[in-house]
Amino acid sequence: MSIGTSVSGNELTVQVEGRFDFSAHQEFRDAYEKSDDSVKSYVIDMSKATYLDSSALGMLLLLRDHAGGDTAQVRITRCNQDVKKILTISNFEQLFSID
Amino acid sequence: MEAESPLKVLIADDNKSDRMILSAIVKKMGHEVCEAADGLEAIDQFKTQFPDIILLDVIMPNMDGQEAALEIKALAGEDMIPIIFLTSLQDAHDLAKCLDSGGDDFLTKPYNKVILQAKINAFSRMRRMHHTLQRQRDVIRDNNEYMVHEQEVAKAVYDNVTHAGCLHLPNLKYLLSPFSVFNGDVLLAARKPSGSMHILLGDFTGHGLPAAIGAMPLAEIFYGMTAKGFSMEGILREINIKLKNILPIGYFCCVCMVNLNFRKEEIEVWMGGLPDFYLYRHDSKAIENVISTHLPLGVLSSQAFDGNTQKYSLRKNDKLYMWSDGIVESRNDFGDLFGEERLKDIFKNNQNDDQLFDEIIQTVNEFTGERGKDDDTTLLEVRMVDESEVGEVNIDLSSGMVTGPLDWNMCYTLRGDTLKTFNPMPLMLSILSDVPYLNGLSGQLYTLMAELFSNAFEHGVLSLNSSLKQDAQGFAEYYRQRENAIKELKYGQVSFEFDHKPLADGGKLVIKVTDSGSGFDYKSKQDKQFANQGYSGRGIPLILSICDNIEYLGDGNIVKVELSWVAD
Repeated sequence: MSIGTSVSGNELTVQVEGRFDFSAHQEFRDAYEKSDDSVKSYVIDMSKATYLDSSALGMLLLLRDHAGGDTAQVRITRCNQDVKKILTISNFEQLFSID
Repeated sequence: MEAESPLKVLIADDNKSDRMILSAIVKKMGHEVCEAADGLEAIDQFKTQFPDIILLDVIMPNMDGQEAALEIKALAGEDMIPIIFLTSLQDAHDLAKCLDSGGDDFLTKPYNKVILQAKINAFSRMRRMHHTLQRQRDVIRDNNEYMVHEQEVAKAVYDNVTHAGCLHLPNLKYLLSPFSVFNGDVLLAARKPSGSMHILLGDFTGHGLPAAIGAMPLAEIFYGMTAKGFSMEGILREINIKLKNILPIGYFCCVCMVNLNFRKEEIEVWMGGLPDFYLYRHDSKAIENVISTHLPLGVLSSQAFDGNTQKYSLRKNDKLYMWSDGIVESRNDFGDLFGEERLKDIFKNNQNDDQLFDEIIQTVNEFTGERGKDDDTTLLEVRMVDESEVGEVNIDLSSGMVTGPLDWNMCYTLRGDTLKTFNPMPLMLSILSDVPYLNGLSGQLYTLMAELFSNAFEHGVLSLNSSLKQDAQGFAEYYRQRENAIKELKYGQVSFEFDHKPLADGGKLVIKVTDSGSGFDYKSKQDKQFANQGYSGRGIPLILSICDNIEYLGDGNIVKVELSWVAD
């Protein structure tokens, strides 16, 4: 499990690698909390995430809250089948743009 | 060298002069000394004097040093009493034997004062460290005992709150297998006054106490509102807002709630965030997936919350299988997930559907093997049966709160300045909401009451002409007139009469609103116009969409609406 970040313009990309679960809690938080104030939108790159659990869903909600709640611009991208399934079961597409 | 506090040192040696020499040296170091001439005496001294360190000669009459050392170590139990053997032995094997018999070190004769002092100091430090560890261990143990006790009490409270339902009924089979003392999964079942059964399976984020704590208000709301006959949507809405308010962001509860209607052989499902459930058809042995269509509870605000449910027909002996993600996400020794395919295979290979429940548990247990689980696991089988199989609903009618008031009449009149300034809506709605079914209609009832009140007050008491409100300009003019009319109003009153009667399978509400205005010519209007644009601004179509019937009486200053409801 590891978290990587990159910034392009006003967009922060957080890449999650491996199992996305509670062990990623602090690192994931740091990734967006320590980012530049100019960051306006967020991309969570799941291409290397193998699995996520309910605490990961919780972390995504925390990020959404940090990014402005209902006005947050958070995209979750490049999910594999398993990850997508979990996001779908929880109907997170109502809160995030998922592609 | 650190300052050493004086110790009590037991010196056991059968040779009196050796003993005196050693005693003198030790006393000179500032320690207290007690003496023994053989092993037996050493044990007696140990029992009565409680020495901190023992210097023990190896070869002594009656009982030798090694034997005495074993005994003393046994008596000391978990206290650390360093034993230093005094010996003139030189052979490595002999010296090693001293340590094997429980000694901590040895000192060869003749004594070297410097080494003796260093050893006593070293063991004194070790003893202090041992004491500190013991003390800290005791504090931890006490705290732990206290915490375990607290948890047991909390668990008892938790169980009382969350297990008050009807999970024991013969059409339900369930497994609740918490990962720790407290369960982050909740399973609730209760009968509605109508005879239907509400079932709720919830899975809070995480597990243990932090997850379980949210289950308490959830269960309270579930049982309280179910007993009063509230609809699923009303209950879920209430739970959602409660959890949204009390849970930190990022914590939520995946929920499936089911209303099992025995008479209609039908289930109504609301599902947010849990893995697919299966509807098992007894006749065809086929399974159908029921999927999650909502966000978990505690995520969305009340405005955004969606309480829409789906209905499925469920014939007798058809079954519903519900589970928390602990089942499909359980893992084996290789880290593989149990997954949906394995679950489906159980249904495919099943011979006797009475065994399905046990087969699922057995298969999952065999899969996870010795590894055990790493999440709360919950499994529930619900079978559609004839209502007689689950018995009658036990409702405590004495409390009067269970079914709500069904047979009552009330009159409420607003006059003078109160009529001008007071908003009677919350009070009236609160009274109407005590009738369980009407509570589920609170939004529509608000609209209805608001229309009736403004009609009576504005068109009746204030005699304002509703036809003004046809364009934006007219609207502004209307409200200007309204403000003036209120200022100039000398006398006026609006009376509401509510009359609710129970019917065989529901109830009927009649609302009569009488105003002190002069009324209007309602008799000349055709029925057709009446329902459409005939009385613009009186919101008649809106009222009719909620009520069964609307009727004007008297000079048109009295309006009567009727609303019947049927319990589900």
